[in-house]
Amino acid sequence: MTSTGITGTGTTAAGQAIARTRTARGRAAATRRAKTMSLNGFGLLVALVTLFPIFWMVSTAFKPSQEIYSLTPSLLPSHPTVGNFSQVISGQVSGIGSVFLFFRNSLTVTLATVLLASLLSLLASVAVARFRFRFRAAFLIMLLIVQMIPGQALIIALFLDFNRLNLLENLTGLIIVYAAQALPVSIWMLRNFVATVPRELEEAAAIDGASPARIFWRILFPLVAPGLVATSIFAFITAYNEFIVALTFLGQAHSTYTLPIYVTYFFGRGGAQWGPIMAASTLYTIPVMIFFLIVRRRLVGGLVAGAVKG
Amino acid sequence: MPLGTRAGAFVRRHRLAPYLLLAPALAGIALVLLWPLAQVLIFSFQNYGLPQITGAAPTQWVGQANFAATLADPEFWLSLRITVLFAAVAVPLTLIAGTVVGLLLNRLGKKMAAFVSTAALLAWATPPVSASVLFYWLFNPDGGLVDWTLSKLPHALVGSTDWAGFNWTTTGALQAYTVLTMLVVWQAFPFIAVTTLAGLKTVPAELYEAARVDGAGPWRVFWKITYPLLKPIFLVLLLLSVIWDFNVFTQTYILTGFPGNRDEFNLALYMYDKAFGFPPSYGLGGALAVIFTVILLVITVGYVRSSVRQGALT
Repeated sequence: MTSTGITGTGTTAAGQAIARTRTARGRAAATRRAKTMSLNGFGLLVALVTLFPIFWMVSTAFKPSQEIYSLTPSLLPSHPTVGNFSQVISGQVSGIGSVFLFFRNSLTVTLATVLLASLLSLLASVAVARFRFRFRAAFLIMLLIVQMIPGQALIIALFLDFNRLNLLENLTGLIIVYAAQALPVSIWMLRNFVATVPRELEEAAAIDGASPARIFWRILFPLVAPGLVATSIFAFITAYNEFIVALTFLGQAHSTYTLPIYVTYFFGRGGAQWGPIMAASTLYTIPVMIFFLIVRRRLVGGLVAGAVKG
Repeated sequence: MPLGTRAGAFVRRHRLAPYLLLAPALAGIALVLLWPLAQVLIFSFQNYGLPQITGAAPTQWVGQANFAATLADPEFWLSLRITVLFAAVAVPLTLIAGTVVGLLLNRLGKKMAAFVSTAALLAWATPPVSASVLFYWLFNPDGGLVDWTLSKLPHALVGSTDWAGFNWTTTGALQAYTVLTMLVVWQAFPFIAVTTLAGLKTVPAELYEAARVDGAGPWRVFWKITYPLLKPIFLVLLLLSVIWDFNVFTQTYILTGFPGNRDEFNLALYMYDKAFGFPPSYGLGGALAVIFTVILLVITVGYVRSSVRQGALT
């Protein structure tokens, strides 16, 4: 096997040493190769196990119902069909409307939330990062604590208040709640971006006679834009996925349902329409997956900074 | 002097700019977060319910009666126990799974790492409602894949239970929360993995080289180098996971088919049922919300303290 330990007449001590390092190197390379192989194998296993539920959702969505309830389920649909999708689009199985209606509701709520939360948090973060004022530290600590208040704890009061304001069963109420809920984290993230913009730039512009509004839009805004992207990602995901407020606010007003409430309603109706239900969840899930893939680089930094909200 | 300039001068003289900039955000936070919090606190000491809203009966202060009623309710203790036990199992599992995958991503080659992290990203991106409905279907007694697979495996491996048609979601809390644990780990590990990976990238490679030269194995390297350096990150991840797992509502609502089986309520479902069930009692719901918030604030204090210590307020 190895030459170590053999002391022959023709072998010098130096030769032995070289042979020893050579075999050691060979063995090290072999173990390294084995290690890479097992690491890759483990990685492949993790990826496949993680992907499987998603695969199963999409696969079920394309199966005709006799395959879905077959006694021996198959991984891939043997007769793929878009029937489930057309049922979801025509709205006949859920009985409350086409998936496009709920898609439009979700999109409206999400975009309005992102715009409103970005605007308000940008203004507030300028105040916090650029000015020293009384209650500044108190405000920051308030943000930290307020962002930890569980949404469920406030839902009772929110329901009663928004009922009085006539903002239940419509999208405006949801937009106000989502935007306000996103504010603490957004301000907390954005203030760091504002703080890194050199004050001298603004001062130079002020000396040149630029108005505060001009300084804000021409100098500060472009420089904090990456921060706004990060907070927008956070607000987008919160609004698109939110469940408990929408569930409580929208009640029986089917035409105002957002996608998660629509999927839940559909699911809770019973009758086990798994094909159409999986088609609806697929349509609900795909856009946010694409969104995650597009913003993946920013996702990590942005969400780690603002991850406190569940 | 035009009005705009005069207003500007007024703002400058009284240093009002920061307050004006803060006002809209503060109004939103006050309307949606602070005022409701105060109201919930008030409700918790009142007999507030449907008769009080319609005006059929007056709203009265009832002292700590709502809290006493809650603490005397066995269902409250059951839901609290379920919540704590679930967190005690799900938090460590999520952290371990996430850290292992984070370490793995750090060691894999470029292509494989991209593949694994994309898979994790997709699980992370799946909205909680989709994920819950999907796991409900996977574990469904009627055509679900898991029961079918388990029924095909030899009894020696999976026990003698008749797995064909086994109902995971209504048999009992243990079965339902087993599914919930898998669901929560599946959804939450990618965030832990990605955060851990970001932390690992900051560890100088020389430290690992040196440890390897000294003959330290991977286990030792993790506990002697990685863990101490990433301890602040792990601490935050631990606190966040505890908070998330205490808060689980969407997934339990769907998996247990709310208001399905009362023995399967966690604290969040129990609270929702008290407030919006029949008859709705905003007083009891308020008392529960207060208890719930206090529990979470105690955990939060740890988070705030570690943030303050890291100089986040400067």
